[in-house]
Amino acid sequence: MEQKKQNLISIGLFVALIILSFISIFIGVLDISLSGILSGDYYQLKILFASRLPRLLAILCTGVGMSIAGLIMQQLCMNKFVSPTTGATISSAQLGVLITLILMPSATILEKTAVAFTTSIIGTWIFVYFTQKLKFKDTIMVPLIGIMFGSVIGGFTNYFAYKYNLLQSLSTTFVGEFSLIIRGRYEIVFLIVPLVIIAYIYANHFNIVGMGESFATNLGVNHNLILFGGLSIAALITASVVVTVGTISYIGLIVPNMVAMFRGDKIRGSMLDISLVGALFVLICDMIARLVIFPYELPIDLVIGVIGSILFIGLMFKKLNPHSKPLKAKQKKETQAIGGEVNA
Amino acid sequence: MKISHLIKKYGEKSVVNDVTFEIPKGKVTSMIGPNGAGKSTVLNIITRLTQRDGGQILFEGKDIKDWQSKELSKKVAILTQSNNIQMKLTVKELVSFGRFPYSGSRLTEQDYKFVEQAIKYMELEEFQDRFLDQLSGGQRQRAYIAMVIAQDTDYVFLDEPTNNLDIYHASNMMKIARKLCDDLGKTVVMVLHEINYAAFYSDYICAFKDGKLHTFGTVEEVIQKDILKSIYNVDFEIMEIQDKPLSIYF
Repeated sequence: MEQKKQNLISIGLFVALIILSFISIFIGVLDISLSGILSGDYYQLKILFASRLPRLLAILCTGVGMSIAGLIMQQLCMNKFVSPTTGATISSAQLGVLITLILMPSATILEKTAVAFTTSIIGTWIFVYFTQKLKFKDTIMVPLIGIMFGSVIGGFTNYFAYKYNLLQSLSTTFVGEFSLIIRGRYEIVFLIVPLVIIAYIYANHFNIVGMGESFATNLGVNHNLILFGGLSIAALITASVVVTVGTISYIGLIVPNMVAMFRGDKIRGSMLDISLVGALFVLICDMIARLVIFPYELPIDLVIGVIGSILFIGLMFKKLNPHSKPLKAKQKKETQAIGGEVNA
Repeated sequence: MKISHLIKKYGEKSVVNDVTFEIPKGKVTSMIGPNGAGKSTVLNIITRLTQRDGGQILFEGKDIKDWQSKELSKKVAILTQSNNIQMKLTVKELVSFGRFPYSGSRLTEQDYKFVEQAIKYMELEEFQDRFLDQLSGGQRQRAYIAMVIAQDTDYVFLDEPTNNLDIYHASNMMKIARKLCDDLGKTVVMVLHEINYAAFYSDYICAFKDGKLHTFGTVEEVIQKDILKSIYNVDFEIMEIQDKPLSIYF
């Protein structure tokens, strides 16, 4: 029964994603229509394949990738508030992009990704190393350290960008935008597809490591190896998004938490829903960004930032307020107790 | 399992000092001692959770270090108190992880049978689809034990299994430990704070003090006035109840 309901949710999300994806293809300044495409209008097909379709694919990959990266980081760090944004991964990737701009201005997108990946994995690892050393792991302390650490890296990035007069070129990296996505310049985001598949294969390992080091060792799982591997996957996903689309915050934080509320934390069970919700979330935000001041468009990071921070505040209240959920359980217990008395 | 000359140091301070004893197979052994006596550290070293600085642990004729972690996890299970309890896993999902050393992520028919039996054995059927964070402390502890049962190991190590449980659930927990040994033929080793639980439910007691093995022997050999007094520095009276030497301290 429960299983059936959850399958229905997944199917519903999938159908919604297909319909919205289809609609999003036809949003834009240049008019294209279904009949035009079907009749093989060269001009319309060109727009479709050079701009609209790449944009849609980039959106879907970003949504899926960032949510899964967040999921992996939350599990491995055993903290629901850790994500690429709050775990210094994004800011480290930005620093990587800056380094390529300064040291090798003619770098290809692949080289850029490689450098951004290297810096983001190093940054994430330093952060996780610190939190592992932390004796008293407070729920709020861990992401706070991440945010502070990320700001320090961001400070360096800003300083050097200013010094080398690169602030303008970096602005596309700082603020995520899909309007610059065209064929030939975004394909690196497809790296996300194999990475997500690898994450699915190792999903149970991530779950086990998320239960704690002694739990993992008891089951014969190499805790540090999985920790390192999982964080590397998350960092690589983040780097490929930052290099092509730019910074997209909040998704990795919000989507896994939203889905976990009805799906639980077993990654094998929740990964599909998390991917679908993540893709839907980015797609809807992108459509809003394109339509609000049509024919101009807002950077998507702005829209995600507004919607995301509202959702995040809601989430904080739900997670940190111990009365929000146990209340239900308590009521249940009380009614049971009353029932028990009646029976007695 | 033979433990000889075990040493563990944190910096200059040695927390485990030259500990030698043998765990009796097919029996329940309890480790007791004051705080900081090194009993949990010994347990963690025996089960490879902590690295040792010296000594030897022979298991089936081979040092623990030379065992592959995965192979060892089919023979030895350890349950500590440091698990992440915020994780929203159902009881069934947790117990299924007990089969991980055997089948990884692809559980077979037989694995599911083990899981089902373990849940039934721990009387958790009605909770099996509940999330861990929705259970009471006693139920959650039973779920972890069910996982250990599904793991199907000869040796089961429990680190303070009665911690945070009320009297009812704690004594239930001890009965379960006894059953693991008597019904399922497992060797059970646990760290306990409550001397009387150790005296009543175990066969052997291993008493620690200041990082050293103070006394090792059967319950009757260890639960004696002078021995307990020299371990805890508190006066004891021993009474015989249901043929077991129980102690009163004040």
